[in-house]
Amino acid sequence: MVRNVLEYLEASAARFPDKIALRDENEELTYSEYVSQAKTVASWLAAGVTKDQRNQPVAVIIDRNIRSIVAFIGIVYSGNFYVPIDNTMPAERVQLIYDTLQPVAVIDARTNTSKPIEGAKPIEEILKETAIDGPALDLIRRNAVDTDPLYGIFTSGSTGVPKGVVVCHRSVVDLVEAFADTFGFDENMVHGNQAPFDFDVSVKDIYNAMRNGATVVVVPKKLFMLPKLLLEFISEHKINTMIWAVSALRIVSDFKALDAAEEMTGIRYIMFSGEVMPVKALNYWIDNVPDALYVNLYGPTEITCNCTYFVVNGKQDEWKALPIGKPFPNTRVLLLDEKREKLVTKAGEVGELCVAGTSLALGYWNNPEKTAEAFFQDPSITAYRSIIYGTGDMAYYNEEGDLVFASRRDFQIKHMGHRIELGEIEVALNAIPFIETSCCLYDEARGKIVCFYQSQSEDTRAIVKLLGEKLPKYMWPNIFKRYDKLPMNKNSKIDRVKLKEELK
Amino acid sequence: MEELLRIMSEVRPDIDFENETALIDNEMLDSLDIVAIVTDVNDEFDIEINVNDLLPENFNSAKALYELITKLQYE
Repeated sequence: MVRNVLEYLEASAARFPDKIALRDENEELTYSEYVSQAKTVASWLAAGVTKDQRNQPVAVIIDRNIRSIVAFIGIVYSGNFYVPIDNTMPAERVQLIYDTLQPVAVIDARTNTSKPIEGAKPIEEILKETAIDGPALDLIRRNAVDTDPLYGIFTSGSTGVPKGVVVCHRSVVDLVEAFADTFGFDENMVHGNQAPFDFDVSVKDIYNAMRNGATVVVVPKKLFMLPKLLLEFISEHKINTMIWAVSALRIVSDFKALDAAEEMTGIRYIMFSGEVMPVKALNYWIDNVPDALYVNLYGPTEITCNCTYFVVNGKQDEWKALPIGKPFPNTRVLLLDEKREKLVTKAGEVGELCVAGTSLALGYWNNPEKTAEAFFQDPSITAYRSIIYGTGDMAYYNEEGDLVFASRRDFQIKHMGHRIELGEIEVALNAIPFIETSCCLYDEARGKIVCFYQSQSEDTRAIVKLLGEKLPKYMWPNIFKRYDKLPMNKNSKIDRVKLKEELK
Repeated sequence: MEELLRIMSEVRPDIDFENETALIDNEMLDSLDIVAIVTDVNDEFDIEINVNDLLPENFNSAKALYELITKLQYE
């Protein structure tokens, strides 16, 4: 039984030492080079900054490149865990993450390091300067257990401070075993990595490929604006597995790019998650790439990528919601009532989707209150400790016994594939000097964040500029509506119900 | 041109479209911006930008996009 993801890497490197494991626009690495570079990074850490330290966070400034993956796995070899940081995010948000995380070291994995980042060590320098210290790394491995943290990923937090979800080796091992069992993943797969590395969809590319001895090709970001060139890239690199965000698949279907492309006969798997897949877009893909296996994946970062899946069997009815399906092996899903006290079991009855099993994250880094709120005792079990995660997603069983997503129980939304707490946007808006108060709502029909704000002056450009200093672009509202006075309800709170009516 | 700048600024109020010349190459736009801009441009100028027109040379600047629009209007 595998206990540590490094066992996957070493087994694949023994089977396929000269096979390409990782490739990006600029370089490629065989499995044996992958292991050797990761061990070099680990030896640098173990000799200095993380000497005698275990299970501590090491930040990686990521890029769309394979060096980022080498940095991650190097940190894992050092007995610590990695936290990907996108340095193109607003400086204030990056700082909030550092303040929460307090990383013991920062590795700069960017391709272009001509503008150095203070306190961050470029990976190319580490690789040039360091020799592998085998005995030190062996000692670290001997003391490892499967519940050691593997990575941390930050998600939006309602109070304005992002939360760091920490996931252990066991959870990722379970995930990739479930994918191999369920979908028949193998060594002939070429993963076209779309998801940025600070987004946990990318975890499925990195570790499924690592387990199976397959290849990961990092697709350049700008191709997701240029669908014709994107399809040419897929053919050229023989990419046959796409585990992508819905929005990335939509750029192809919205422009009907497959009409003009050569036949995409090599694609084996098309899997999507992050938000609801529009059935029209899905049917367009199925019409043009009929032989691929299409899977709707569902799950938040806190349960290690995905807890349920729905295999799409042919074209779907455009008037019906696409189910999120059934739980993966070794995962239990239950629906709870509003008070999180009783199980909801009747078909059609809506309850909060909660998850039990080894896929549960270890919790939020340095945040016991939020951890206790989200990870709690299963109310149907009183005789022993059994922790479940409450996703905040409301769902029901359809007549076929598949789960169907219904809505959120709070103010969190899914937008452009990202989880966003509307409260975090409101905190940033209310900090703008000329805004007295604000409320954000999500217009699901149009997929837009709508900001209602109370102010004596109207200057959208200034608002966006100030928000841009705090929030990543995907969190900016798409529509702004100014009010002299926002409507209030009886409890003297902003009347969200009334504002919601204005969206219609 | 003013109409085009208005459309682009509505989608991304933070970008100086009058002066930027590497919107694609510097990854300043993303896929959803492109979808929004193309949809509005098609409606406003009564043209159809198709997948073969979605190339960096047509989208790196507002000027380049304006040239594409003019060309498609004459076709």
